[in-house]
Amino acid sequence: MLIPRRDVDFQLFEVLDCATLTRFERYAAYDREAFASVLDTAYRIAAERFAPYAAACDREEPRIEHGRAWTIPETRAALAAYNQASFTAATFDADDGGLQLPIAIAKACTAVFSSANVAFHSYAALTAGAADLLVSFGSDDQRRRFVRPMLAGRFTGTMCLSEPHAGSSLADIRCQARPDGDGHHRLTGTKMWISGGDHDLAETIVHLVLARLPGAPPGTRGISLFAVPRDRVREDASVGEPNDVRLAGLNHKMGWRGTTNAVLSFGERNACRAELVGEPHRGLEYMFRMMNAARIGVGTNAVALGYAAYGEALAYARQRPQGRLPGAKDPCSPPVEIFRHADVRRMLLAQKCWVEGGLALVLYCARLADEERCAADATARARIHALLELLTPVAKSWPSEYCLEANKLAIQVHGGYGYTRDFPVERLYRDNRLNHIHEGTHGIQGLDLLGRKVAMQDGVALNDLFARMTGTIASAGSVEPLAAHATALEAAVADIGMTTQALLRAMSLDPGVALANATTYLDSLGHIVVAWRWLAQALTAHAALAAARDGDRDFYTGKLAACRFFFRHELPRTGPALQLLRSLDDTALAIPDGGF
Amino acid sequence: MRRILVGIKRVIDFNVRVRVRPDGAGVVTDGVKMSANPFDSIALEEALRLRERGEADEVLAVSIGPGEAQQQLRDALAMGADRAILVKSDTALEPLAVAHVFLELAKRESPRLVILGKQAIDDDCSQTGQMLAALWNRPQATFASKLEIQGEAARVTREVDAGLEVIEVDLPAVITTDLRLNEPRYIKLPDIMKAKKKPLDVIEIVSLGVDATPVLKVVKYEAPPQRQKGIIVKDAGELVAALKQRGLA
Ligand SMILES: Cc1cc2nc3c(=O)[nH]c(=O)nc-3n(C[C@H](O)[C@H](O)[C@H](O)COP(=O)(O)OP(=O)(O)OC[C@H]3O[C@@H](n4cnc5c(N)ncnc54)[C@H](O)[C@@H]3O)c2cc1C
Repeated sequence: MLIPRRDVDFQLFEVLDCATLTRFERYAAYDREAFASVLDTAYRIAAERFAPYAAACDREEPRIEHGRAWTIPETRAALAAYNQASFTAATFDADDGGLQLPIAIAKACTAVFSSANVAFHSYAALTAGAADLLVSFGSDDQRRRFVRPMLAGRFTGTMCLSEPHAGSSLADIRCQARPDGDGHHRLTGTKMWISGGDHDLAETIVHLVLARLPGAPPGTRGISLFAVPRDRVREDASVGEPNDVRLAGLNHKMGWRGTTNAVLSFGERNACRAELVGEPHRGLEYMFRMMNAARIGVGTNAVALGYAAYGEALAYARQRPQGRLPGAKDPCSPPVEIFRHADVRRMLLAQKCWVEGGLALVLYCARLADEERCAADATARARIHALLELLTPVAKSWPSEYCLEANKLAIQVHGGYGYTRDFPVERLYRDNRLNHIHEGTHGIQGLDLLGRKVAMQDGVALNDLFARMTGTIASAGSVEPLAAHATALEAAVADIGMTTQALLRAMSLDPGVALANATTYLDSLGHIVVAWRWLAQALTAHAALAAARDGDRDFYTGKLAACRFFFRHELPRTGPALQLLRSLDDTALAIPDGGF
Repeated sequence: MRRILVGIKRVIDFNVRVRVRPDGAGVVTDGVKMSANPFDSIALEEALRLRERGEADEVLAVSIGPGEAQQQLRDALAMGADRAILVKSDTALEPLAVAHVFLELAKRESPRLVILGKQAIDDDCSQTGQMLAALWNRPQATFASKLEIQGEAARVTREVDAGLEVIEVDLPAVITTDLRLNEPRYIKLPDIMKAKKKPLDVIEIVSLGVDATPVLKVVKYEAPPQRQKGIIVKDAGELVAALKQRGLA
C-alpha cells in the first residue's frame, strides 16, 4: 500500500514548510502547485507501474540466461515510465540535464515509489547515486558519456564496494587497476553483492568500482574509484563491445528479490577497461561524501516498507471480525472487528509512531540537505553539513530497526494469515530486513556515530542538534497539552548529553569498552531525535486542529495521539538504556570465548 | 484555428473512500485529495492525440469551479494542453449551468470538437455533454471508445448496453469519453515547469452571463446501505427461489 498522501503533504508542507524552499534561487522555478504535480505524478506511476508487480518480482526471482540476468518484463516498463517522466534526473543540476527539484520533494517521491515496489525503484536509485558521484568527482568527458545517458534512462549505475572477503572493512579490498598505457586502466578482481550488477533493463551498466592502483598505500588511503561500464562506451556515448565484466552469479536473497544482486568478475581476459574517477587514492573519501545521501535513502526505504505494511495491517484490522470485547458476555453477539481490540490498537499505534516518526526523520534530513545545497556561505554550509553527518547514521539505522518492528507487528495483526504468502506483509518484512545490513551494518553505524560523529569538531554538530531541539521544546512548553512532552524531551536531551560526555571521557581511556555498546547509544539518540520530530509534528497538528473540519480533525487528532503514545511508550526506554551506557557495561567483552 | 475544447472537473480523487458528513449536508472534502475527473483526463488525452495526428491546432482545457481548480488546469497544461480557462464559481454547479458555461465558451472559441467526460465521478450525473449538444444545437456522440476524424465528420464507436455502436457525426460536435477510449499519458516533470508559462485565464462565471441558480434541491446525502452477508445456494432451483423471495425474479 502506498504511503498516504495526506501524511506526505503534512510532513513536507505543514511541518517542514517546504513551499518556502522556492525562495532559494536554485528552486525558484518551482512553486507549491508544481510540487503537488510532481507528487501526483509519482503517485500515479507508483500505483500503476510499480505496485501491481511487487509480488510478481518477488515470486519470480531474476535468473541467468546466456550469461545475462533477466528480470520480469514489467520491470523495464516501470523504469521506462519513471525515466520518461524524468524522475532519475529530478534533483540534478539543469546543466547536467537535471530538473533541480528540491531533495525533500524527491525523497518523498522515493518513499512513495519504494512503498509501491522497492525492488523496481532500486535500479533507478542506484543509478541516481552513481550519477551523483560522477557529477561531483568525474571529468567533463565522464559526465557527458556516462551521466547524461544515466539520467536519461539509457544506462543504469551501480556501486561496487564489497568483495567476498571484505564488506564492513573496505580497507581490505583486493581489486586491482593497472595503467594500460592508453591513459586508462585494466581492472581485475571480484566484487560481491552488487545490486543491479547485471540485468536486461538498459543499454549498459556503469559500475563505480573501488580498486587499488599498483603501489597504493595500504588501508583506506590507498583506494581509488573507477568508472567501469559493462560494455565499452564510445566517444559519442553509444555502446560498443563487451568490456570483460562477467556475471559470475546471482545471490538468492531473502527479500528485495526483484533487484538483481550479482557477483561480478572483472578482467578475466585482462580486457576490462576502467577509467579513473577524480584523483588516485581518494576513492573511499569520494564514496563517503556521497554516503550521506545513500544512507538517508536506506532509511527512507525502511520507512516506506514499514509504512506499506502498516497500511495493510490497518485495512485488515478494520475488516477482520474476531472475538468480542471484554465484558461482552453473550456468545451469540456478533464478533467485533479486531480493530476494536485494545491490543490490536496498541500494535497499530506503535506502527504508526514508528513509520510516521521515521518519515518525519528522513524528510527532515532531506530538508537539511536542501539547506546545505543552497546555503548562503561556506560557514553556513559547513554547519549544516556537520549536522547532517551526525544525523545520517541515525536516519539510516533508526528506521531500519523500528520500521522493521512495524513490519513485525503488521504480520502480528494479520494473525496466521500474516505468516502466509497470500498477504503482502511477509514480503514487506523480508524486504525490510536488508536495511539493517547494507550501506554499513547497524553495528558499523553505531561505531560511526559514537566513535566519530559525536566528537567531530569538538561536538559542534551535537550541540547544534541539541540547540534545535531546545527551540522546539521551548515552543511546545507553552502549549498546554504538549508541555509535559516538552519537559520529558528536555530531560532526555540532558540525559544523553551527560551520557555522551561520560562515554567520550571513557573513550580516551579504553575505546574498546566505551564503544562496546555503541549500538545502544545509536538506538537511544535515535529515539530522542524521533521524539523531537514527533513533538514538532504535534505542534503543527495542535495549531491546525482549531480550524480543521471533518477528516482533517481526525488526522490531526491522530497525530497528537501518536505523539502521546511515543512519549509514553517509547521515549522512556532511553532512561535505562542511557544509564546502562554510563555504567560502561563490559559483559560482552568479559565473557570468555568458550562461554558462549 | 481548429480548436478542441476539453472539460476538466476537479473532483475527489478516485482512490479516496468518500464519506458522508455527519450532518448529511454533503460529503467530507476537508483534507481530502482532489484530482481531475478521470474521464476528463481521457478527454484531454484524446484531444492531444488528435492534435498530434494533425487533426487540431489547439487544445483548450476548461474547468468550472473554485480557484483551487487551477491545479488541475496546470496539470492539463503539463500534460500538453495549449491554454486553459478557469471559470470561477464557488458554489457547486448543476449540469445545466455547466452546459450553459460551455455553450458560452463554444460561442466565443468556436471549437471543432468539445470533448467531455461521460460523467464526473463525484455526482455521476452523465448529463452535461448531452445538454450542451442540445443547447448548442450540434450533434453528440456519447460514451466514445474510439474516435476518428474524417474530413468534416467524426466516426465514433460508442459503448452501449448491447455492445458497440458506430456512428458518424458532423463537426462541430460534442463527444463524451468512456473508459476504454485511451490511457492518459503520464506528466513529465519538465513539462510541469513549462506549463507555468502557458496561458491560464481566470474569469468569473457571472462574466459569461450564465445564471447558475440551482434548479434542483438536495434533500440529504446518505451512505449506501452496508452490504448484507451473502448466502451460498445449493443449486439453480434454490437460487431461483432465493431471487423470487427477494422479488428479483
Ligand atoms: C541484498 C544486498 C545488497 C547489497 N548491495 C551492495 C551493493 O550494491 N554494493 C556493495 O558494494 N555492497 C552491497 N552489499 C554489501 C553490504 O554492504 C555488506 O553485506 C555489508 O557492508 C556487510 O558486509 P559483509 O556482508 O561482508 O559482512 P561483515 O562485514 O563480515 O559483517 C558481519 C557482521 O560483523 C559485524 N562487524 C563487522 N566488522 C565489525 C567491526 N569492526 N565492529 C563491529 N562489528 C563488526 C557486522 O556489523 C555484521 O553484523 C549488499 C548486501 C546485500 C545483502
